[in-house]
Amino acid sequence: MSQKIIEKHLWILKMLKDQDRIFQNLYNDMGSDVISSQKRGDWVNTKEITDKGREWIINEIKDSQLRGRGGAGFPTGLKWSFAPKELGSKPHYLVINGDESEPGTCKDRDILRFEPHKLIEGCLIASYAVQAHVCYIYIRGEYFIDGQKLQAAINEAYEKKLIGKNAAGTGWDLDIYIHYGAGAYICGEETALLESIEGKKGQPRLKPPFPALIGLYGCPTIVNNVETIAVVPTILRRGGKWFASLGREKNTGTKIFCISGNVNTPCNVEEEMNIPLKELIEVHAGGVVGGWDNLQAVIPGGSSMPLIPKDKCETLTMDFDSLVAEKSGLGTAGIVVINKDQDIIRCMARIARFYKHESCGQCTPCREGSGWMWRMLERMAKGESSRDEVDMLGDVTKQIEGHTICAFGEGSSWPVQGLLRHFKDEIKKRNKFDPIVKENKNIPYLVDQHLLDKNA
Amino acid sequence: MSLRRPAKDQPENFEFNHSSLEAAKSIVAKYPKGKQQSAVMALLYIAQRQNNNWIPLAAMKYIAKFLDMPYIKVYEVATFYTMYNLSPVGKYFIQVCTTTPCMIRGANKLVEACKEKISKNENELSADKSCSWMEVECLGACVNAPMMQINDDYFEDLNKEKTLKILDKILNGETPKPGSYRGRVNNEPENNRKTLMDFKNA
Repeated sequence: MSQKIIEKHLWILKMLKDQDRIFQNLYNDMGSDVISSQKRGDWVNTKEITDKGREWIINEIKDSQLRGRGGAGFPTGLKWSFAPKELGSKPHYLVINGDESEPGTCKDRDILRFEPHKLIEGCLIASYAVQAHVCYIYIRGEYFIDGQKLQAAINEAYEKKLIGKNAAGTGWDLDIYIHYGAGAYICGEETALLESIEGKKGQPRLKPPFPALIGLYGCPTIVNNVETIAVVPTILRRGGKWFASLGREKNTGTKIFCISGNVNTPCNVEEEMNIPLKELIEVHAGGVVGGWDNLQAVIPGGSSMPLIPKDKCETLTMDFDSLVAEKSGLGTAGIVVINKDQDIIRCMARIARFYKHESCGQCTPCREGSGWMWRMLERMAKGESSRDEVDMLGDVTKQIEGHTICAFGEGSSWPVQGLLRHFKDEIKKRNKFDPIVKENKNIPYLVDQHLLDKNA
Repeated sequence: MSLRRPAKDQPENFEFNHSSLEAAKSIVAKYPKGKQQSAVMALLYIAQRQNNNWIPLAAMKYIAKFLDMPYIKVYEVATFYTMYNLSPVGKYFIQVCTTTPCMIRGANKLVEACKEKISKNENELSADKSCSWMEVECLGACVNAPMMQINDDYFEDLNKEKTLKILDKILNGETPKPGSYRGRVNNEPENNRKTLMDFKNA
């Protein structure tokens, strides 16, 4: 047996056990209705959990070291503890972020359509923990069909008295409403999402104040990702210690990975945190198209995260901290595999176009800069840039990053920085022109497409 | 930012019909008293559905009155979000995802198919005025790439031939079956599943 086959078998032996997977119905083998969900353990003794009290729930989530699954990886227990302890004159709200728009990510969609009751039960427990009586689930408008499936599950839960007045016998009243987005990526940012629910343009708010104190309608609001909330009931049933025993310190538990791009069997799979990237690609996704040696680069966490070249993919493990150490990030764990048949500069130019299209237009560096990056990368892909523009592009990304209200500035400039970090030689090889504006080199930021056209 | 302008030819009047009115009222009830402005996004959808898949300015004025909010705020919302069509689109509105994960699996072939069958340019009605198409940003079905959306339905795991067949069906007035065109019912690795094996075909 060759080394490779032995390695593959070892991986399967070491793989997370099926009973430790939270989303047992990820592939819809058993049906997503309330009866089959109850057979899988959802909604069983929800009351016992809430009877243990808010403190216990929040501490258990803290012990589990669950980090938000929406991209930033903020500790969930800590976030919940920011909600005011006493209910004041203003009501509290729980808002679930299902505006999944990050290119490469499609995990929340499977939760909405195949495991809706995990999400709804999670909403009840989380609402109880942060004292909210109303929960809004924000779903991107394109997922209308999947949203309808969730709505059907919510209706079922109302019928069974699992939510509504005295939800599931817990003595807590909870109403859950779905709010559809309308095709704005930026509404995945929590404050933009709140603006959107309030019926305004989805433009992020300045923080502080954080939503936990002043959020929806000016009331204390906790915003969590769909996957974060959906894993909560299982964590509380099996204990925070169980969840913390998976993965490694501060990067615990399981995570749904979406593997797309140039792989033989693109898929969603729930795996343990800290799993080697190579294992995900080789075992679950059926390997890179054209073999491992044909791999060019991997975007590890949705398009906002800088890409990682092949040589580092050999040993890379997938969790928040190990990817930060590689100057990238886990983000939403949407892995996009790019093989050598693709033009890497063109791939990144397309991502830059995405960000140019989706910028909300509030902050100038992002609104204008995202367009600059796109136009420069398009020209670089065609080999029409001058040599000095490569460094200029790096400058532009630095001017955007950190100069915007929300993290979109980082999200749009990091992938470009990743390209420059690892594929600078490739760009330089393709773009050999001498600078067109030689005398005025010290005002590089004014040089843009239309100026170049005029001078040419 | 995307540039969005309302159509030049606008109808004079717009009013919710009976079923739209019922739907609108039930949506306003979802939000706290005095916060009816929150319903504006859903109401724009209702108007769009009622008015052949696009929103005229008269509808925005009507919704502004309905929700007791300034017209300009409705206009802001309608022009900010890209899923509101501000000018007429086909009865079948085809959106092809061309963002990187789809692009590297051949989304440009889908665009070619649309150009051949529907119209040369984006946002242009087909010869029989029933279809229009456009390129859109990530639709969130990356493991089913390349894919496109026709009205509310996702068509996944496509290639050029399959797309041509789907478009032919539409142009003949038939309704194609949504979902994966490689027969996938979920997002498991095809013929390579190694997890949750006990439940497979249970």
